[in-house]
Amino acid sequence: MREYAGADRIEGPLVMAEGYGKAALGELVEVRSGNGARLGQVLTTGEDLVVTELWSETAGLHPHELLLRFRGETFHTVVSREMAGRVFDGLGRPRDGLPPPMAEARVDIHGAPLNPVARAYPQDLIETGISAIDGMNTVVRGQKLPIFSGSGLPHNELAAQIALQARIADESENFAVVFVALGVSHDTAAYFQQRFEESGLLARTAVFLNLADESPLERMVTPRVALSLAEFLAFERGYHVLVLMTDITNYAEALREISSRRNEVPGRKAYPGNLYSDLAEIFERSGRVGGRQGSVTQISILTMPGDDITHPVPDVTGYITEGQIVLSRALHRQGVYPPIDVLSSLSRLMKNGIGEHRTRADHPSLAAQLYASYARVQEVRAISVVIGETALTPTDRSYLEFGRAFETRFVAQPADQARSITQTLDTAWEILSLLPSSELTRIREADLHRHYLGKPEGQVKQ
Amino acid sequence: MTHSKESTRTGTLIWISGPVVKARISGPISVLEQVHVGEARLAGEVIGLNHGLATIQVYEETNGLRPGEPLCGTGAPLSVMLGPGLLANIYDGLQRPLAVIRDQQGIYLRHGSQAEALPSKKWNFTPRARAGDLVHPGSVLGVVPETQLIEHRVLIPIAVEGKLIDIARQGDYAVHDVLATVEDAGGARHPLTMVDRWAVRTERPVQERLEPSRPLITGQRVLDTFEPLAKGGTAAMPGPFGAGKTMLQQALVKWCDADVIIYVGCGERGNEMAEVVNEFQRLTDPSSGRPLMERTIFVANTSNMPVAAREASIYSATTIAEYYRDQGYAVALMADSTSRWAEALREISGRLEEMPTEEGFPAYLPSRIAAFYERAGRVRTLGGNEGSVTMVGSVSPPGGDFTEPVTQYTQRFTRAFWALDRALANARHYPAINWQTSYSLYVNTVAAWWAKETAPDWQALRSTAAQVLEQASRLDQLVQLVGAQALPERQRWILDAARLFKEGFLQQNVVHPIDAYCAPAKQVALLRLFVELYQVGQQVIESGTPLARIHQVLDIRRLVQIKETVPNDQVDQITQLLSELKARVNALVPAERKA
Ligand SMILES: Nc1ncnc2c1ncn2[C@@H]1O[C@H](COP(=O)(O)OP(=O)(O)O)[C@@H](O)[C@H]1O
Ligand SMILES: [Mg+2]
Repeated sequence: MREYAGADRIEGPLVMAEGYGKAALGELVEVRSGNGARLGQVLTTGEDLVVTELWSETAGLHPHELLLRFRGETFHTVVSREMAGRVFDGLGRPRDGLPPPMAEARVDIHGAPLNPVARAYPQDLIETGISAIDGMNTVVRGQKLPIFSGSGLPHNELAAQIALQARIADESENFAVVFVALGVSHDTAAYFQQRFEESGLLARTAVFLNLADESPLERMVTPRVALSLAEFLAFERGYHVLVLMTDITNYAEALREISSRRNEVPGRKAYPGNLYSDLAEIFERSGRVGGRQGSVTQISILTMPGDDITHPVPDVTGYITEGQIVLSRALHRQGVYPPIDVLSSLSRLMKNGIGEHRTRADHPSLAAQLYASYARVQEVRAISVVIGETALTPTDRSYLEFGRAFETRFVAQPADQARSITQTLDTAWEILSLLPSSELTRIREADLHRHYLGKPEGQVKQ
Repeated sequence: MTHSKESTRTGTLIWISGPVVKARISGPISVLEQVHVGEARLAGEVIGLNHGLATIQVYEETNGLRPGEPLCGTGAPLSVMLGPGLLANIYDGLQRPLAVIRDQQGIYLRHGSQAEALPSKKWNFTPRARAGDLVHPGSVLGVVPETQLIEHRVLIPIAVEGKLIDIARQGDYAVHDVLATVEDAGGARHPLTMVDRWAVRTERPVQERLEPSRPLITGQRVLDTFEPLAKGGTAAMPGPFGAGKTMLQQALVKWCDADVIIYVGCGERGNEMAEVVNEFQRLTDPSSGRPLMERTIFVANTSNMPVAAREASIYSATTIAEYYRDQGYAVALMADSTSRWAEALREISGRLEEMPTEEGFPAYLPSRIAAFYERAGRVRTLGGNEGSVTMVGSVSPPGGDFTEPVTQYTQRFTRAFWALDRALANARHYPAINWQTSYSLYVNTVAAWWAKETAPDWQALRSTAAQVLEQASRLDQLVQLVGAQALPERQRWILDAARLFKEGFLQQNVVHPIDAYCAPAKQVALLRLFVELYQVGQQVIESGTPLARIHQVLDIRRLVQIKETVPNDQVDQITQLLSELKARVNALVPAERKA
């Protein structure tokens, strides 16, 4: 550890110190002043100038009064199984008044990329009990799947419902939840803690809180500390870990703020050009590893500014994650809970988690058919608005009926109901049977015979 | 690439910022030279030299580097190691074998790995030249059965020409064993091994460039039939996230009829690499029954791996592709996604404080994209054979907006444009290729092949289908206003036919056991089925038969599913079905009217 007195300048969160030399890039720095210590890291390091970026506000600091301690390594955090059931701040320090957990290991919060050939391809289904997810956007262990939402939509309820209902581990296996609050309100964090508490999940949950009124700069660190724990539990201790983060948009905004204070060239909507790489560092820390037990599954909440899926934050995220669950304001207004817009939702890992021996043989084509038919519903609705329902062909009228049933009976379900896969698939068949069988072009003959409940000949007179 | 053993201290680091470092120079060093950075000997490349200061981009994580650490030159530009053992390998962007690294370092990638690119095993070498022969760059010294699918041709390196004074007998040799000696005109002797090194940023020379002439059969109907690619051609595949770029690229990697395939996962997901690699252990080549891995090389530089290496990965892969081309093979290079490569350029450029242009990209973005696709082509090799490199690059436009720079430039420098569409993907119409905005400039190039190998009327069939789709999309707009009921039956039949084309032909499921790969003969049979049914239906309607009668005869569901029920080797079934159905539809017209 090296210690120096006095910096030269402070610009926003950046502390410039000349003539210190030899600081390592990324090195953890403790900056002391009269009223306490702040942490930061070396952002650029030169022979004659070291720039340290602090994770908290610098207002009130005077460069000359500072004491800079270079800690000789990047930010490391303690990880251990004991951390389940505890609450930490955004830098991983206890926030629940209890002593720091005993370390099983100390790890660099930045982690290291998993060697792609060391990965095992995720394919073990996680049943969430939610039809629109299990039936059409199935999640598997080791997947990273955000919920794209909008302000005021029930994403917290949905995320909590998933966390509580999801069967992520078998009875015989260990599991843990890592909950990460990024810039959300006290109420939101408290809501999750309370839901976990009620269901007895809290003892298995490690909570990391960086709340709305806390330093946005620290937000760079919080997910990395939390994921270090998740990786440790999963790949060193064999746990199935569910990481729940909220809200990625707050994180990205903090990145933007930092980038602009660093005077970097702004990209789209002033988000930095490395938004993709930075978010990828976070999301890629999920998955499974060949020959090891555990898994890291990430379900994150992301509120789309202006409900716009092409906004840089959801857009970049969608390019990184293994799909997305998109919530719809229109469905929400119609009172559909969960208001999942299945057409723009996607689970990229679904195809390997479903089908014969996994869920049911008819599942893949059934899901494909629901998508295709519901997409047709949108077209028919658009036509119907112009020419009126009565002028539609009988087939098209059956699409309207199917669409209504799909939204109210398949997508909608009580917030405390967990449907089995069988229930989900059977409901889907009931609803599909509202359409003539000639429309079910994605369905195999055998499945049609087995499950279709509509008129057998299925031909409607045009 | 990190394997060059000799390197000498040529400077001292004085400034470090992310992947860019600066060093004060104390020894000889040149621009584009490969260097080792710091005590950890991280791989890097000199990208600028100015007044005794070198600017270096580092291909590995730089956290932990300090000013004062050494910079060591290697005397050579960034290059790849070429020789037998490349096939079936999985490399990172710097050609480090990822499986070896996993065995050495565990599940995480740590920096400063020094694993050698080619395995140390022995290969059975058979000479193809004799002592006393005059040899030229590119001529074949001997061959090695690299895999059962690919014979590796050991070529005389580009810089060597002269008389072969000795050559090894047939036998087992390691890649670094000296196999032959060439004496050049000046009397200098060149010992030759199986290994060649080549600077990744330099195109390997050829005798002559030729126009592409044959299709690259991908087994994807919408591509082969409507927007075909030629061997030696280039294609751009833009699309928003989730539109199906990766699945389609991987389908091409699996099924296209190139001899050697190189797949670059550039800045994309780790799980996707795990998936293809895992799947490739099981897949076999349809014609030979051999594992597909035997003709494939993977380059994986995932999104969480260091950014600068994305930039290098594209060039490493291209150089390897050219190397197999020079052996006389048809090579296909798939890059997913070239946007991540462009973003790496942008990030480095930003660190260098270069003047940004559109969306922050450097001004040289278009010339880099152009230069990349220029390395595709069908060629006469130095050795006199024919070889080709076909390139398919996916593009990930922010917000799905095709007017952004990377899409625009890529479109300009490639000749097939496969536009993936969010609306189609949302409706799970896969591959989500928009048949109206996509195009290929190779249709005329490949038409002769199709006419000769499959059906003389191939062109006519595909243009009839295209017209039906075109008319249907106009009618769809009309339907929006008046409803389908208001259309005359002739037009409603066009909508029905378009539906058959879309669902029964264009849509193709990459994970379906039968439909994943559709052989050319089956493509034409399906195309003919729908075209001729459409035509016969039209005649019957003209003669006054109600559309509903046709619907009774034609089971749309069954027709749409033929692609999934009839395997590639039973195409006759489709032809038979067509004549049956035609007869039944024709029978709808009462005999007296026919007369
Ligand atoms: N040709 C196809 N056949 C079947 N499913 C497909 C096809 N193309 C895409 N998909 C589905 O869409 C998902 C997203 O495709 P992907 O290629 O990963 O998109 P992109 O690379 O454009 O983001 C896949 O996980 C798969 O479920
Ligand atoms: Mg992709």
